[in-house]
Amino acid sequence: MSVGLEVLETGPLSTVQDLGRPGLAGIGVGISGAADRGSLRLANRLLGNEEGAAAVEVTLGGFAARARRDLTVAVTGAPCPVTVDGRGAATNALVRVPAGAVLRLGTPERGLRSYVAVRGGIAVEPVLGSRSTDVLAGLGPVRLSAGTALPVGPAPERCPVTDFAPVAELPADEVVLTVVPGPRADWFADGALDALLSEPYTVTAEANRVGIRLDGPELKRRRDEELPSEGMVVGALQVPPSSRPTLFLADHPVTGGYPVIAVVVSGDVDKAAQARPGMRLRFAVGRRRNR
Amino acid sequence: MRVLPCADSGLLVELDDLDQVRALHAALEADPPEGVTDFVPAARTLLLRLDPAAADMAGIEQAVRSVRPGEVSTRESELLRIPVVYDGADLEEVAILTGLTEREVVEEHTGTEWTVAFGGFAPGFGYLTGGSPRLEVPRRAESRTRVPVGAVGLAGTFSGVYPRESPGGWQLIGRTELRMWDVDRDPPALLRPGVRVRFEEAE
Repeated sequence: MSVGLEVLETGPLSTVQDLGRPGLAGIGVGISGAADRGSLRLANRLLGNEEGAAAVEVTLGGFAARARRDLTVAVTGAPCPVTVDGRGAATNALVRVPAGAVLRLGTPERGLRSYVAVRGGIAVEPVLGSRSTDVLAGLGPVRLSAGTALPVGPAPERCPVTDFAPVAELPADEVVLTVVPGPRADWFADGALDALLSEPYTVTAEANRVGIRLDGPELKRRRDEELPSEGMVVGALQVPPSSRPTLFLADHPVTGGYPVIAVVVSGDVDKAAQARPGMRLRFAVGRRRNR
Repeated sequence: MRVLPCADSGLLVELDDLDQVRALHAALEADPPEGVTDFVPAARTLLLRLDPAAADMAGIEQAVRSVRPGEVSTRESELLRIPVVYDGADLEEVAILTGLTEREVVEEHTGTEWTVAFGGFAPGFGYLTGGSPRLEVPRRAESRTRVPVGAVGLAGTFSGVYPRESPGGWQLIGRTELRMWDVDRDPPALLRPGVRVRFEEAE
Protein backbone atom coordinates (compact mmCIF):
# COMPACT_ATOMS: atom_id res chain seq x y z
CA MET A 1 0.00 0.00 0.00
CA SER A 2 1.57 3.28 -1.08
CA VAL A 3 1.72 6.36 1.09
CA GLY A 4 -1.01 8.76 0.07
CA LEU A 5 -0.87 11.49 2.69
CA GLU A 6 1.99 12.80 4.78
CA VAL A 7 0.76 14.53 7.95
CA LEU A 8 2.38 17.95 8.53
CA GLU A 9 0.25 19.37 11.37
CA THR A 10 -2.48 17.84 13.53
CA GLY A 11 -4.09 20.64 15.59
CA PRO A 12 -5.14 19.60 19.13
CA LEU A 13 -6.02 16.00 18.18
CA SER A 14 -6.27 14.12 14.90
CA THR A 15 -7.01 10.39 14.75
CA VAL A 16 -7.99 7.80 12.16
CA GLN A 17 -11.61 6.68 12.56
CA ASP A 18 -14.03 4.36 10.80
CA LEU A 19 -17.27 2.87 12.18
CA GLY A 20 -15.49 1.04 15.01
CA ARG A 21 -15.48 -2.43 16.56
CA PRO A 22 -18.97 -3.70 17.35
CA GLY A 23 -19.36 -7.20 18.77
CA LEU A 24 -16.37 -7.30 21.12
CA ALA A 25 -17.93 -6.07 24.39
CA GLY A 26 -17.47 -9.51 25.96
CA ILE A 27 -13.70 -8.98 26.01
CA GLY A 28 -14.03 -5.38 27.18
CA VAL A 29 -13.61 -3.67 23.81
CA GLY A 30 -15.89 -0.72 23.06
CA ILE A 31 -17.27 0.32 19.70
CA SER A 32 -15.24 3.54 19.22
CA GLY A 33 -15.17 4.91 15.64
CA ALA A 34 -16.08 8.39 14.36
CA ALA A 35 -17.68 10.55 17.04
CA ASP A 36 -19.93 12.12 14.38
CA ARG A 37 -20.80 9.11 12.26
CA GLY A 38 -23.14 10.97 9.92
CA SER A 39 -20.31 13.26 8.81
CA LEU A 40 -17.94 10.33 8.19
CA ARG A 41 -20.61 8.54 6.14
CA LEU A 42 -21.36 11.67 4.13
CA ALA A 43 -17.68 12.18 3.25
CA ASN A 44 -17.40 8.58 2.11
CA ARG A 45 -20.60 8.74 0.07
CA LEU A 46 -19.35 11.85 -1.71
CA LEU A 47 -16.15 10.00 -2.66
CA GLY A 48 -17.83 6.78 -3.74
CA ASN A 49 -16.17 4.89 -0.84
CA GLU A 50 -17.82 2.33 1.38
CA GLU A 51 -19.66 4.30 4.09
CA GLY A 52 -17.41 2.92 6.80
CA ALA A 53 -14.06 3.62 5.11
CA ALA A 54 -11.50 5.13 7.49
CA ALA A 55 -10.87 8.89 7.47
CA VAL A 56 -9.07 11.44 9.64
CA GLU A 57 -11.10 12.95 12.49
CA VAL A 58 -9.72 16.44 13.14
CA THR A 59 -10.60 18.11 16.45
CA LEU A 60 -10.88 21.91 16.24
CA GLY A 61 -9.03 22.24 12.94
CA GLY A 62 -5.34 22.83 12.46
CA PHE A 63 -4.70 19.76 10.32
CA ALA A 64 -2.34 19.90 7.33
CA ALA A 65 -1.09 17.11 5.07
CA ARG A 66 0.82 16.79 1.80
CA ALA A 67 -0.54 14.57 -0.96
CA ARG A 68 2.12 12.12 -2.10
CA ARG A 69 0.11 11.33 -5.23
CA ASP A 70 -3.00 12.80 -6.89
CA LEU A 71 -5.87 12.44 -4.42
CA THR A 72 -9.54 13.28 -4.23
CA VAL A 73 -10.70 14.26 -0.74
CA ALA A 74 -13.84 15.53 1.00
CA VAL A 75 -14.00 17.52 4.25
CA THR A 76 -17.22 17.22 6.26
CA GLY A 77 -18.37 17.83 9.86
CA ALA A 78 -17.41 21.06 11.59
CA PRO A 79 -17.16 23.60 8.73
CA CYS A 80 -13.67 25.05 8.55
CA PRO A 81 -11.67 27.01 5.99
CA VAL A 82 -10.04 24.51 3.60
CA THR A 83 -7.14 25.32 1.31
CA VAL A 84 -5.11 23.40 -1.25
CA ASP A 85 -1.71 25.06 -1.67
CA GLY A 86 -3.28 28.23 -0.29
CA ARG A 87 -6.28 28.30 -2.63
CA GLY A 88 -9.68 28.07 -1.00
CA ALA A 89 -11.75 24.89 -1.36
CA ALA A 90 -15.25 23.92 -0.25
CA THR A 91 -16.43 21.65 2.53
CA ASN A 92 -18.95 18.87 1.86
CA ALA A 93 -17.60 18.72 -1.68
CA LEU A 94 -15.07 16.85 -3.79
CA VAL A 95 -11.65 18.48 -3.65
CA ARG A 96 -8.73 17.50 -5.92
CA VAL A 97 -5.34 17.56 -4.24
CA PRO A 98 -2.55 17.06 -6.80
CA ALA A 99 0.63 15.20 -5.86
CA GLY A 100 2.86 17.46 -3.78
CA ALA A 101 0.08 19.91 -2.83
CA VAL A 102 -0.73 20.70 0.81
CA LEU A 103 -4.28 20.34 2.12
CA ARG A 104 -4.88 22.58 5.13
CA LEU A 105 -7.84 22.95 7.53
CA GLY A 106 -8.27 26.19 9.49
CA THR A 107 -10.20 26.54 12.73
CA PRO A 108 -13.93 25.83 12.40
CA GLU A 109 -16.27 28.70 13.23
CA ARG A 110 -18.77 26.22 14.61
CA GLY A 111 -18.69 22.62 15.68
CA LEU A 112 -15.75 20.60 16.94
CA ARG A 113 -14.86 17.69 14.67
CA SER A 114 -14.12 17.74 10.95
CA TYR A 115 -13.54 14.66 8.79
CA VAL A 116 -10.96 14.42 6.03
CA ALA A 117 -11.82 11.44 3.86
CA VAL A 118 -9.83 10.32 0.83
CA ARG A 119 -11.11 8.41 -2.18
CA GLY A 120 -9.87 4.86 -1.51
CA GLY A 121 -9.96 5.31 2.28
CA ILE A 122 -7.14 5.63 4.81
CA ALA A 123 -5.57 2.16 4.75
CA VAL A 124 -3.59 1.87 8.00
CA GLU A 125 -3.42 -1.67 9.43
CA PRO A 126 -6.71 -2.57 11.18
CA VAL A 127 -6.67 -3.70 14.83
CA LEU A 128 -9.42 -6.16 15.77
CA GLY A 129 -11.25 -5.39 12.54
CA SER A 130 -11.19 -1.59 12.74
CA ARG A 131 -8.84 1.29 11.94
CA SER A 132 -10.29 3.45 14.72
CA THR A 133 -8.22 4.90 17.55
CA ASP A 134 -9.97 4.21 20.86
CA VAL A 135 -8.45 6.81 23.20
CA LEU A 136 -9.89 5.23 26.36
CA ALA A 137 -8.84 1.64 25.69
CA GLY A 138 -5.58 2.58 23.96
CA LEU A 139 -6.49 0.47 20.93
CA GLY A 140 -5.92 1.01 17.24
CA PRO A 141 -3.49 3.36 15.46
CA VAL A 142 -1.69 5.91 17.61
CA ARG A 143 -2.91 9.50 17.34
CA LEU A 144 -1.48 11.27 14.33
CA SER A 145 1.61 13.44 14.61
CA ALA A 146 3.70 15.50 12.22
CA GLY A 147 5.49 13.07 9.91
CA THR A 148 2.92 10.25 10.07
CA ALA A 149 2.63 8.64 6.64
CA LEU A 150 -0.91 7.51 5.89
CA PRO A 151 -1.46 4.87 3.22
CA VAL A 152 -4.49 5.29 0.97
CA GLY A 153 -6.34 2.31 -0.46
CA PRO A 154 -7.18 1.69 -4.12
CA ALA A 155 -9.99 3.85 -5.49
CA PRO A 156 -13.34 2.05 -5.48
CA GLU A 157 -14.89 1.10 -8.84
CA ARG A 158 -17.90 3.25 -8.06
CA CYS A 159 -17.54 6.82 -9.29
CA PRO A 160 -18.68 9.78 -7.23
CA VAL A 161 -22.17 10.71 -8.42
CA THR A 162 -22.33 14.21 -6.96
CA ASP A 163 -19.65 16.71 -6.13
CA PHE A 164 -21.45 18.66 -3.41
CA ALA A 165 -23.82 17.80 -0.55
CA PRO A 166 -25.95 20.44 1.20
CA VAL A 167 -25.88 20.09 5.00
CA ALA A 168 -27.73 21.92 7.77
CA GLU A 169 -25.76 24.62 9.56
CA LEU A 170 -24.45 23.65 13.00
CA PRO A 171 -25.83 25.67 15.92
CA ALA A 172 -23.52 28.28 17.47
CA ASP A 173 -24.67 28.55 21.10
CA GLU A 174 -27.31 26.02 21.98
CA VAL A 175 -28.32 22.61 20.73
CA VAL A 176 -31.44 20.63 21.62
CA LEU A 177 -31.01 16.88 22.01
CA THR A 178 -33.86 14.39 22.20
CA VAL A 179 -33.63 11.94 25.10
CA VAL A 180 -35.58 8.94 26.35
CA PRO A 181 -35.71 8.68 30.19
CA GLY A 182 -34.10 5.60 31.70
CA PRO A 183 -32.81 2.98 32.08
CA ARG A 184 -32.20 4.17 35.69
CA ALA A 185 -34.47 7.21 36.00
CA ASP A 186 -36.07 5.48 39.01
CA TRP A 187 -32.77 5.83 40.92
CA PHE A 188 -33.23 9.61 41.01
CA ALA A 189 -35.21 11.85 43.35
CA ASP A 190 -38.50 13.42 42.31
CA GLY A 191 -37.74 16.48 40.26
CA ALA A 192 -34.38 15.26 38.92
CA LEU A 193 -35.75 14.37 35.50
CA ASP A 194 -37.66 17.67 35.38
CA ALA A 195 -34.43 19.50 36.24
CA LEU A 196 -32.62 17.73 33.40
CA LEU A 197 -35.37 18.70 30.97
CA SER A 198 -36.02 22.27 32.07
CA GLU A 199 -32.63 23.95 32.35
CA PRO A 200 -29.74 24.00 29.87
CA TYR A 201 -26.42 22.29 30.68
CA THR A 202 -23.08 23.78 29.73
CA VAL A 203 -20.37 21.77 27.95
CA THR A 204 -17.31 21.98 30.23
CA ALA A 205 -13.66 21.88 29.15
CA GLU A 206 -13.66 18.20 30.14
CA ALA A 207 -14.98 17.02 26.80
CA ASN A 208 -13.26 14.42 24.66
CA ARG A 209 -14.04 11.31 22.60
CA VAL A 210 -15.01 9.42 25.78
CA GLY A 211 -17.68 11.85 26.84
CA ILE A 212 -18.72 15.37 27.78
CA ARG A 213 -18.87 16.49 31.40
CA LEU A 214 -21.81 18.84 31.76
CA ASP A 215 -22.43 21.60 34.25
CA GLY A 216 -25.95 22.57 35.30
CA PRO A 217 -28.64 21.71 37.84
CA GLU A 218 -27.83 18.88 40.25
CA LEU A 219 -29.57 15.57 39.61
CA LYS A 220 -30.11 14.17 43.10
CA ARG A 221 -30.44 10.44 43.66
CA ARG A 222 -33.17 8.63 45.53
CA ARG A 223 -31.15 5.44 45.99
CA ASP A 224 -27.71 5.72 47.54
CA GLU A 225 -26.53 2.13 47.28
CA GLU A 226 -23.86 1.15 44.80
CA LEU A 227 -25.12 0.20 41.35
CA PRO A 228 -23.46 -3.02 40.15
CA SER A 229 -21.57 -2.09 36.95
CA GLU A 230 -23.72 -2.52 33.86
CA GLY A 231 -23.39 -2.12 30.11
CA MET A 232 -23.41 1.42 28.70
CA VAL A 233 -24.56 2.78 25.34
CA VAL A 234 -23.42 5.81 23.35
CA GLY A 235 -25.59 8.82 24.25
CA ALA A 236 -26.07 7.71 27.87
CA LEU A 237 -26.31 10.49 30.48
CA GLN A 238 -24.51 8.89 33.38
CA VAL A 239 -24.64 10.69 36.73
CA PRO A 240 -21.54 10.31 38.94
CA PRO A 241 -21.38 11.47 42.60
CA SER A 242 -20.95 15.10 41.42
CA SER A 243 -24.70 14.91 40.52
CA ARG A 244 -23.94 16.46 37.10
CA PRO A 245 -24.33 14.24 34.05
CA THR A 246 -21.64 12.99 31.67
CA LEU A 247 -22.80 12.39 28.09
CA PHE A 248 -21.05 9.34 26.64
CA LEU A 249 -19.56 9.53 23.14
CA ALA A 250 -17.82 6.99 20.87
CA ASP A 251 -14.99 5.86 23.21
CA HIS A 252 -17.19 5.52 26.33
CA PRO A 253 -16.40 2.72 28.79
CA VAL A 254 -18.07 -0.62 28.00
CA THR A 255 -19.59 -0.78 31.51
CA GLY A 256 -20.20 1.80 34.22
CA GLY A 257 -21.14 1.83 37.88
CA TYR A 258 -23.23 5.02 38.06
CA PRO A 259 -26.90 5.23 37.10
CA VAL A 260 -27.99 6.54 33.69
CA ILE A 261 -30.93 8.94 34.02
CA ALA A 262 -31.67 9.20 30.29
CA VAL A 263 -30.18 8.41 26.89
CA VAL A 264 -29.82 10.73 23.87
CA VAL A 265 -31.44 9.10 20.83
CA SER A 266 -28.98 7.70 18.29
CA GLY A 267 -29.94 10.27 15.66
CA ASP A 268 -28.84 13.15 17.94
CA VAL A 269 -25.52 11.75 19.20
CA ASP A 270 -23.71 13.27 16.19
CA LYS A 271 -24.98 16.71 17.20
CA ALA A 272 -23.63 16.19 20.71
CA ALA A 273 -20.25 15.21 19.25
CA GLN A 274 -20.07 18.63 17.57
CA ALA A 275 -20.75 20.59 20.80
CA ARG A 276 -17.84 22.71 21.95
CA PRO A 277 -16.90 23.70 25.49
CA GLY A 278 -19.04 26.67 26.54
CA MET A 279 -22.04 25.64 24.43
CA ARG A 280 -25.39 24.88 26.05
CA LEU A 281 -27.21 21.59 25.63
CA ARG A 282 -30.94 21.33 26.20
CA PHE A 283 -32.63 17.98 26.61
CA ALA A 284 -36.16 17.30 25.41
CA VAL A 285 -38.15 14.10 25.83
CA GLY A 286 -38.93 12.28 22.65
CA ARG A 287 -41.02 9.25 22.17
CA ARG A 288 -39.22 5.97 21.89
CA ARG A 289 -39.01 5.35 18.20
CA ASN A 290 -40.46 2.01 17.41
CA ARG A 291 -41.81 0.20 14.45
CA MET B 1 -36.98 -9.77 34.76
CA ARG B 2 -37.17 -6.08 33.89
CA VAL B 3 -36.45 -4.81 30.38
CA LEU B 4 -35.32 -1.18 30.41
CA PRO B 5 -34.88 0.84 27.19
CA CYS B 6 -31.69 2.82 26.50
CA ALA B 7 -33.36 5.15 23.96
CA ASP B 8 -33.17 3.38 20.57
CA SER B 9 -29.59 2.18 21.18
CA GLY B 10 -30.13 -0.66 23.61
CA LEU B 11 -32.27 -2.79 25.88
CA LEU B 12 -30.98 -3.38 29.40
CA VAL B 13 -32.32 -6.63 30.82
CA GLU B 14 -32.22 -6.71 34.61
CA LEU B 15 -32.09 -10.15 36.22
CA ASP B 16 -31.84 -11.61 39.73
CA ASP B 17 -28.29 -12.87 39.62
CA LEU B 18 -25.26 -13.75 37.53
CA ASP B 19 -26.48 -17.30 36.76
CA GLN B 20 -29.58 -15.86 35.10
CA VAL B 21 -27.43 -13.38 33.16
CA ARG B 22 -25.23 -16.18 31.86
CA ALA B 23 -28.17 -18.40 30.96
CA LEU B 24 -29.98 -15.64 29.05
CA HIS B 25 -26.75 -14.54 27.35
CA ALA B 26 -26.01 -18.09 26.20
CA ALA B 27 -29.54 -18.59 24.90
CA LEU B 28 -29.67 -15.28 23.01
CA GLU B 29 -26.15 -15.56 21.63
CA ALA B 30 -27.00 -18.92 20.10
CA ASP B 31 -29.83 -17.29 18.13
CA PRO B 32 -29.43 -13.49 18.21
CA PRO B 33 -32.53 -11.44 17.38
CA GLU B 34 -32.18 -9.30 14.25
CA GLY B 35 -30.80 -5.83 14.95
CA VAL B 36 -28.75 -6.84 18.04
CA THR B 37 -25.12 -5.85 17.43
CA ASP B 38 -23.52 -6.73 20.75
CA PHE B 39 -24.19 -8.28 24.14
CA VAL B 40 -22.72 -6.73 27.31
CA PRO B 41 -23.09 -9.14 30.24
CA ALA B 42 -22.55 -7.80 33.76
CA ALA B 43 -23.25 -8.89 37.34
CA ARG B 44 -27.03 -8.52 37.23
CA THR B 45 -27.79 -7.21 33.78
CA LEU B 46 -27.44 -8.13 30.13
CA LEU B 47 -27.32 -5.17 27.76
CA LEU B 48 -28.38 -5.77 24.17
CA ARG B 49 -26.85 -3.10 21.95
CA LEU B 50 -29.05 -2.39 18.94
CA ASP B 51 -28.63 -1.12 15.41
CA PRO B 52 -31.37 1.55 15.53
CA ALA B 53 -31.99 1.22 11.79
CA ALA B 54 -32.55 -2.55 11.92
CA ALA B 55 -33.94 -3.29 15.39
CA ASP B 56 -37.61 -3.78 16.22
CA MET B 57 -37.49 -3.03 19.96
CA ALA B 58 -40.89 -4.45 20.83
CA GLY B 59 -40.12 -7.63 18.92
CA ILE B 60 -36.72 -8.01 20.57
CA GLU B 61 -38.20 -7.44 24.03
CA GLN B 62 -40.75 -10.13 23.29
CA ALA B 63 -38.00 -12.49 22.13
CA VAL B 64 -36.06 -11.84 25.35
CA ARG B 65 -39.12 -12.52 27.51
CA SER B 66 -39.96 -15.73 25.71
CA VAL B 67 -36.49 -17.26 26.08
CA ARG B 68 -36.47 -20.37 28.22
CA PRO B 69 -32.83 -20.48 29.19
CA GLY B 70 -31.39 -23.87 29.87
CA GLU B 71 -28.73 -24.75 32.38
CA VAL B 72 -25.41 -23.21 31.49
CA SER B 73 -22.74 -25.81 31.46
CA THR B 74 -19.15 -24.68 31.73
CA ARG B 75 -17.76 -28.17 32.10
CA GLU B 76 -16.97 -28.36 28.40
CA SER B 77 -15.35 -24.94 28.21
CA GLU B 78 -11.65 -24.21 28.02
CA LEU B 79 -9.51 -24.38 31.18
CA LEU B 80 -6.78 -21.75 31.51
CA ARG B 81 -3.95 -22.25 34.02
CA ILE B 82 -2.46 -18.98 35.30
CA PRO B 83 0.89 -19.21 37.11
CA VAL B 84 1.07 -16.61 39.89
CA VAL B 85 3.86 -15.36 42.14
CA TYR B 86 2.03 -14.49 45.36
CA ASP B 87 3.94 -11.42 46.52
CA GLY B 88 1.27 -8.72 46.04
CA ALA B 89 1.40 -5.43 47.93
CA ASP B 90 -1.94 -6.15 49.64
CA LEU B 91 -1.38 -9.82 50.55
CA GLU B 92 -0.84 -8.99 54.20
CA GLU B 93 -3.91 -6.70 54.25
CA VAL B 94 -6.05 -9.42 52.63
CA ALA B 95 -4.88 -11.89 55.28
CA ILE B 96 -5.92 -9.45 58.03
CA LEU B 97 -9.28 -8.71 56.37
CA THR B 98 -10.14 -12.38 55.88
CA GLY B 99 -8.71 -13.68 59.15
CA LEU B 100 -6.52 -16.11 57.20
CA THR B 101 -2.76 -16.45 57.15
CA GLU B 102 -0.99 -15.33 53.97
CA ARG B 103 -0.36 -18.99 53.16
CA GLU B 104 -4.05 -19.76 53.57
CA VAL B 105 -4.96 -16.88 51.21
CA VAL B 106 -2.75 -18.50 48.55
CA GLU B 107 -4.28 -21.91 49.23
CA GLU B 108 -7.82 -20.57 48.95
CA HIS B 109 -7.01 -18.70 45.74
CA THR B 110 -5.41 -21.74 44.09
CA GLY B 111 -7.80 -24.25 45.64
CA THR B 112 -10.90 -23.64 43.55
CA GLU B 113 -11.80 -23.25 39.92
CA TRP B 114 -12.85 -19.75 38.84
CA THR B 115 -14.94 -18.82 35.80
CA VAL B 116 -14.92 -15.63 33.73
CA ALA B 117 -18.35 -14.09 34.24
CA PHE B 118 -17.99 -10.90 32.21
CA GLY B 119 -15.56 -8.22 31.09
CA GLY B 120 -15.77 -4.46 30.91
CA PHE B 121 -13.10 -2.65 32.91
CA ALA B 122 -10.48 -2.73 30.14
CA PRO B 123 -9.82 -4.83 27.04
CA GLY B 124 -8.86 -8.31 28.20
CA PHE B 125 -10.03 -7.90 31.80
CA GLY B 126 -12.34 -10.64 33.09
CA TYR B 127 -14.36 -10.65 36.30
CA LEU B 128 -13.72 -14.14 37.75
CA THR B 129 -16.36 -15.74 39.94
CA GLY B 130 -16.84 -19.03 41.75
CA GLY B 131 -13.89 -18.68 44.09
CA SER B 132 -13.71 -19.34 47.80
CA PRO B 133 -16.21 -17.24 49.79
CA ARG B 134 -13.51 -16.85 52.45
CA LEU B 135 -11.63 -14.49 50.09
CA GLU B 136 -14.35 -11.82 49.98
CA VAL B 137 -12.70 -8.43 50.62
CA PRO B 138 -13.69 -4.80 49.90
CA ARG B 139 -11.87 -2.75 47.30
CA ARG B 140 -9.01 -0.64 48.63
CA ALA B 141 -10.16 2.56 50.33
CA GLU B 142 -7.94 4.45 47.91
CA SER B 143 -7.32 3.46 44.32
CA ARG B 144 -3.77 3.16 43.07
CA THR B 145 -2.94 5.44 40.16
CA ARG B 146 -0.69 2.75 38.71
CA VAL B 147 -1.21 -1.00 38.92
CA PRO B 148 1.37 -3.02 36.96
CA VAL B 149 0.42 -5.30 34.07
CA GLY B 150 -0.18 -8.87 35.24
CA ALA B 151 -1.18 -7.90 38.81
CA VAL B 152 -3.62 -10.42 40.32
CA GLY B 153 -6.27 -8.91 42.57
CA LEU B 154 -9.38 -9.44 44.66
CA ALA B 155 -12.47 -7.21 45.12
CA GLY B 156 -15.80 -8.27 46.56
CA THR B 157 -16.29 -11.90 45.54
CA PHE B 158 -14.32 -11.38 42.30
CA SER B 159 -10.75 -12.05 41.29
CA GLY B 160 -9.07 -10.55 38.23
CA VAL B 161 -5.79 -9.96 36.40
CA TYR B 162 -4.83 -6.47 35.15
CA PRO B 163 -4.30 -6.87 31.38
CA ARG B 164 -2.13 -3.74 31.16
CA GLU B 165 -0.78 -1.04 33.43
CA SER B 166 -3.68 1.10 34.63
CA PRO B 167 -5.20 2.76 37.68
CA GLY B 168 -7.03 0.31 39.94
CA GLY B 169 -8.59 -0.22 43.35
CA TRP B 170 -8.41 -4.00 43.77
CA GLN B 171 -6.44 -5.70 46.56
CA LEU B 172 -3.28 -7.04 44.92
CA ILE B 173 -2.14 -10.49 46.04
CA GLY B 174 0.26 -11.52 43.29
CA ARG B 175 1.42 -11.25 39.69
CA THR B 176 1.61 -13.38 36.56
CA GLU B 177 3.92 -13.30 33.56
CA LEU B 178 1.13 -14.64 31.32
CA ARG B 179 0.08 -12.01 28.76
CA MET B 180 -3.65 -11.67 29.30
CA TRP B 181 -4.16 -9.32 26.33
CA ASP B 182 -2.38 -9.21 22.98
CA VAL B 183 -4.08 -7.73 19.91
CA ASP B 184 -1.75 -9.65 17.62
CA ARG B 185 -2.83 -13.01 19.05
CA ASP B 186 -5.99 -14.93 18.23
CA PRO B 187 -7.83 -14.73 20.54
CA PRO B 188 -6.53 -11.40 21.87
CA ALA B 189 -8.07 -11.99 25.31
CA LEU B 190 -7.29 -15.15 27.31
CA LEU B 191 -10.13 -14.33 29.71
CA ARG B 192 -13.42 -14.50 27.81
CA PRO B 193 -16.84 -15.09 29.36
CA GLY B 194 -17.18 -18.80 30.16
CA VAL B 195 -13.46 -19.64 30.29
CA ARG B 196 -12.53 -21.63 33.44
CA VAL B 197 -9.43 -20.58 35.36
CA ARG B 198 -7.06 -22.31 37.75
CA PHE B 199 -4.49 -20.16 39.53
CA GLU B 200 -1.27 -22.05 40.26
CA GLU B 201 1.53 -20.92 42.52
CA ALA B 202 4.63 -20.32 40.39
CA GLU B 203 7.98 -21.63 41.56
